[in-house]
Amino acid sequence: MTLLEVAGVSKTFPGVRALDDVSFALQPGEVHALVGENGAGKSTLIKVLTGVYQPDDGAVRYRGEPVSFGTPLDAQRAGISTIYQEVNLVPLMSVARNLFLGREPRNALGLVDERRMNREAADVLTRYGVRTDVRRQLGTLALGAQQMVALARAVMVDAKVVIMDEPTSSLEPREVETLFGVIRDLHAQGIGIVYVSHRLDELYQICDRVTILRDGRVVHTGPLEELERIRLVSLMLGRDMAEVRREGVTGFTGEHEVQGAQPVLRAAGLRNRHKLHGVDLAVRPGEVVGLGGLLGAGRSETLKAIGGALPLDEGTVEVAGAPLRRRTSVGAVKAGIALLPEDRKAEGIVPSLSVRENIALAVLPRLSRLGLVSEKKIDTIVERFMTRLRIKASSPHQRVGDLSGGNQQKVLLARLLATAPKVLLLDEPTRGIDVGAKAEVQALVDELAAEGLGVVLVSSDAEELIEGADRVVVLRDGVVVGTLDGADVSTEGLLRTIAAASSAAASAATQEEAS
Amino acid sequence: MTDVAVRTPAQRVRAWLPAYGVYVAIVVLLLFNIAFTENFLAWSNLRIQLIQVAPVVIVALGMALVIGTEGIDLSVGSVMALAAAFIPLYLGYGVVAAILVALIAGVAVGAVNGLLVARVGLQPIVATLALLVAGRGLALVVSDSQLREIRNPGLVELGSGSLFGLPYLVWIALALVLTVAFVVRRTVFGRRLLAIGGNRPAAELAGVPVGRVLVTVYVVSGTLAAVAGVLAVARIQASDASAVGVLIELSAITAVVVGGTPLSGGRVRVWGTVAGALLMQLVVATMIKHDLPSSTAEMVQAVIILVAVYAARERRSR
Repeated sequence: MTLLEVAGVSKTFPGVRALDDVSFALQPGEVHALVGENGAGKSTLIKVLTGVYQPDDGAVRYRGEPVSFGTPLDAQRAGISTIYQEVNLVPLMSVARNLFLGREPRNALGLVDERRMNREAADVLTRYGVRTDVRRQLGTLALGAQQMVALARAVMVDAKVVIMDEPTSSLEPREVETLFGVIRDLHAQGIGIVYVSHRLDELYQICDRVTILRDGRVVHTGPLEELERIRLVSLMLGRDMAEVRREGVTGFTGEHEVQGAQPVLRAAGLRNRHKLHGVDLAVRPGEVVGLGGLLGAGRSETLKAIGGALPLDEGTVEVAGAPLRRRTSVGAVKAGIALLPEDRKAEGIVPSLSVRENIALAVLPRLSRLGLVSEKKIDTIVERFMTRLRIKASSPHQRVGDLSGGNQQKVLLARLLATAPKVLLLDEPTRGIDVGAKAEVQALVDELAAEGLGVVLVSSDAEELIEGADRVVVLRDGVVVGTLDGADVSTEGLLRTIAAASSAAASAATQEEAS
Repeated sequence: MTDVAVRTPAQRVRAWLPAYGVYVAIVVLLLFNIAFTENFLAWSNLRIQLIQVAPVVIVALGMALVIGTEGIDLSVGSVMALAAAFIPLYLGYGVVAAILVALIAGVAVGAVNGLLVARVGLQPIVATLALLVAGRGLALVVSDSQLREIRNPGLVELGSGSLFGLPYLVWIALALVLTVAFVVRRTVFGRRLLAIGGNRPAAELAGVPVGRVLVTVYVVSGTLAAVAGVLAVARIQASDASAVGVLIELSAITAVVVGGTPLSGGRVRVWGTVAGALLMQLVVATMIKHDLPSSTAEMVQAVIILVAVYAARERRSR
């Protein structure tokens, strides 16, 4: 019997047909991939399944019965759990509290039985590879561990269907393995899983069937095994197969021409008490240097230190030979360093402001006289970058918070580029954005390197790192453990370098990350 | 994940209401008064209403900027008292000198607020609460807790004179409104302030000098409160540190919120703030004219605040 099914569902918003006669069926014990570019209708379909939206047309059937969930809570009670991209928990409450929120075990007096709750929480979380004191505040855990708590919570509510929206976007490889272990368990229990992800490797590793959406319609549905990767991508993008093949997996074209021998960025002996223990890095104009390593190796911290956003105990940063004196973000931006933060929502966009204001934010002094901004100059620069980066918004005055992830990322890149930087520090530039935008961002990085910028790239997507970078500097525990150059820049070389050296230190490091 | 935001009619109303509902309410109340209140349109009545609302508007302007940075300034009433307390002490050196000293007191309190928030990292509500208590205390010490009458002709003229039929007080308030509206719209400072309120870490990474902007915002708020304090002294022709500006922080916050500025920061509605202050003034005036007790007015005001806050609930589901 089909577990969850939608038949002929349509959903129209003013001006947009978000879903057009979409049918989708999930069998018990099936891991069903749901893929598509931004705006293809994945989110809308999920929202129809979980009762956030009511379909205009068509039917939703759950365990054979027609249903109409009025609210997400109704859907949850019926056994449909959803895990969203961003963790939806209470950071100030303890891990155990979060896990049992609304279902706390009670003692005879009707009070929360803390001891039992903590014990059970610890038991449950161990199965998810999270070993930590469950009395800690959730917010103090690493993002990956928080994601695991969210997953554990979703599954614990007696779910028959679990919908996962980009569950691995903040997980490190080891945590992804744990997640897949959990998914296989659920699979064996006959629970149906809808798996939304942009990472093809994962899809092929874990999913049985796939449904591809494009422009609100189903363009393909069937067993995943029989579908060639390249064909999957072409169906998703609606592009010619030959074209996709020619372009390769990422939007990168290959080697960059290094211009001049003098580094545009030189960082030496960066030290921060817990996070960095003497990192050196040099980038020449036109060069893309990748930073490799596991989560917690100090990649983001290195970028932040260079960008003036992480206080340093020791170390120097030079841009084009001139040392930075004031170690602040303000000083770094002035010196020509542009940092794209890892967490787009928390540290990147200003959601309440328009696309235009967001792009202009970092260059206001340059677009003004005597403190008065020139609207004309802003318009010029905003138009230039909206065209160049192909930012899709209804107008420059649209709120950035209302844009898709890919477009938000492009707005941030536009903000950085507007400052005419010499050095670009990119922390996970393509995380959580759709395939099309991803290829565009990657192509842009190539272009910028060709224009003579020095680029430092951090990415947990190995393919992106390998294809995008000319050189990869591998970090572990805040120290450089190796550099890959030329032909050594390969997935194999990267893994070898990460895995090399004392395995004891590596396992100690991973333990630390989990807690 | 649609690329372009699409709003249903209901959502459009919800977006529109907090921003413009206040104007609708004012029009409705004006029409009611024109129809049912005797002599409402008499110039003497309108003049009194405007004089009464002017100090609230001035203080609320600064409050709106502070709230735009996701902060709050509770010390404004005490700053008014402090400014008022300094006036009689320095009147001997001339009106200009006395006013200057009063304004400097406002700048100083604002700077302390700003430094506590931006550099020490205190929560705005705590930092400015400390100054609320300390400021009024200092004002009482300075004035020796005495009410002092002011007979200086210059100050008296400032408080009761008119230009083209409109009191100086109203002209000053209007000029300040225009200035603040211009600052928010057109200056680098205005944009930065909104970016800080919208997402402080992002602003910081974008190279916005967050500390400097925050200190400036609190200094502006303190200065505007001091201006309101000077004008209060001029109008009542007395300096009474124990009575000037008491609870005005609440009126100011109300005007800002009712005017559609979200407490979560990132947006400032200057004209909405003015409208919010006018609306509250109109409510009280209407009740008084119709012989209803002031407690009724307070309850109506409470309802308006609730409606404003309810309407302004951010679409958090996104």
